[in-house]
Amino acid sequence: MKAKPHPLAIAVALLARAISGVEVRWAGCRPDARQRIYFANHASHLDFAVLWSALPPELRSRTRPVAAEDYWDRGLRAYFAQTVFHAVLVRRRAQEEQADEEALAESRKQIECLATAMGHADSLILFPEGTRGTGETIAPFRSGLYYLARRKPEVELVPAYLRDLSRILPKGEVLPVPLMSCVTFGEPLHFDGCETKAAFLDRARAAVQALSCRGPQ
Amino acid sequence: MTAGWPMLKASLGGATTRFARTHDPVLLFLFGGVLAILILASAIGLLLQRTAIGDRARSTIDNLLARTRSWWKMCAIFALTMFMGPAGSLLLFALLSLLAMREYMTLIPTRPGDHRTLLWTFFIITPFQYYLVAIRWYGFFVIMIPAIAFLFIPLRIAVSGETRHFLERAAKIQFGIMICVYCLSYAPALLMLRIPGFESRNARLLFFLVVVTQISDVLKYVFGKIFGRHRIVPRVSPSKTWEGFIGGVLTATAAGAALWRITPFKPLEAAWVSLLVALLGAAGGLVMSAIKRDAEVKDFGGMIEGHGGVLDRIDSLCFAAPAFFHVARYLLVP
Repeated sequence: MKAKPHPLAIAVALLARAISGVEVRWAGCRPDARQRIYFANHASHLDFAVLWSALPPELRSRTRPVAAEDYWDRGLRAYFAQTVFHAVLVRRRAQEEQADEEALAESRKQIECLATAMGHADSLILFPEGTRGTGETIAPFRSGLYYLARRKPEVELVPAYLRDLSRILPKGEVLPVPLMSCVTFGEPLHFDGCETKAAFLDRARAAVQALSCRGPQ
Repeated sequence: MTAGWPMLKASLGGATTRFARTHDPVLLFLFGGVLAILILASAIGLLLQRTAIGDRARSTIDNLLARTRSWWKMCAIFALTMFMGPAGSLLLFALLSLLAMREYMTLIPTRPGDHRTLLWTFFIITPFQYYLVAIRWYGFFVIMIPAIAFLFIPLRIAVSGETRHFLERAAKIQFGIMICVYCLSYAPALLMLRIPGFESRNARLLFFLVVVTQISDVLKYVFGKIFGRHRIVPRVSPSKTWEGFIGGVLTATAAGAALWRITPFKPLEAAWVSLLVALLGAAGGLVMSAIKRDAEVKDFGGMIEGHGGVLDRIDSLCFAAPAFFHVARYLLVP
């Protein structure tokens, strides 16, 4: 990963910040250069840019988004995902439950790919719902976060809640309404070796959900 | 707005150059007075800081100092835009409208189906309202939001197809645009009144309105802090007391009456107009507090240090501006 972010990445981050008037709250941890996986709710195209811009500049160049290959592999999208933000592209499975041998092998390959991309110093931004929702509820998490946490147990898993970004730019809309938003970073989770997949994913989702209530102003 | 810009410049051009050249010397004198008050306030604040004992007193003084720092900035912006002529004041109030509406709309729950309606309110209705002020089209200016936007907003939401909480959503957006845009736009609209014998001095009326509302806010706060015992509506606002209200309204009325020479009002008229402005300012503070309590927040935002959001600062002005405009128009415009 390069030491400096792409100039367009800085421009996108500034624009996203200006539109979303974002207030950043580090409620459960401080910004830190150690390896982390930031995972958050997802309902807007602004989500990644705002979350990324909420990090201090020195951390941004070491923090990469995880993006769906089937959506971010074409044309301008591919340029922004790959060249501008150095996204790690992963293949998402259409059906979470079809757990035949082939699918499992494929999943393992994707997790290896993420682990390799992280290396020893990079952090990731991941939206475990797998797709943008309506912003009203948080969808159940896909299992990628669990396998990645198990594969890299030393990494801190930082929950983040993005408030009101789905109202600023909902799915399917092109022009943003300039409301104000808020990013809250919660207390890091760690993978507890004997936890089941479902229990871990529930815990992770609850950690994001818990940050959604309006704190004292 | 882009198409209208040359028209706006043309319509304001004459007034702007006239204003800039004459530079109403009275305004310089008035802002000199504001400067003196600010220096006095800062001096008192620093003095109190030295003598404050105890955590509670200290935090009150810190807040007071933060408020005073913000007052310096706000007065500087107000003075700067006023010396830029009508276009400056107009742009300032248009921006305040947008910022206030941003805070308001963030706080009220809107649904995905409201997105396009919100785009209309921010990017078309609001600039258009201020454009009408700029071209001095009074007849259109007074009905644009209460009649046209009022009907358009529910229509646009209906077109979105989302019916859940329909009336509530429409009403909340209508209320927001009325308070933050329509009511506030009456303040710069004072610049479009054609008062015989008072040409190109309308900025003084705007100065008068802003100073009386803000002074009454400050004095309500000061009297409330010093003498406040009996709360007016404790469930809506624990900090608003009868002592603060009466002290603030009476002193603001006196201050407004003392300023009668800069206005085209007669002394007694200036006094009761100030009384009206101070009373409506209090009403604005109370109504907007009720909205904040319902939403369970303390302030609308955090943009102005010590004060909260833009809407927390201008709530009194939003309520006082329409009445002041219409009274001034009734009394002064033949």
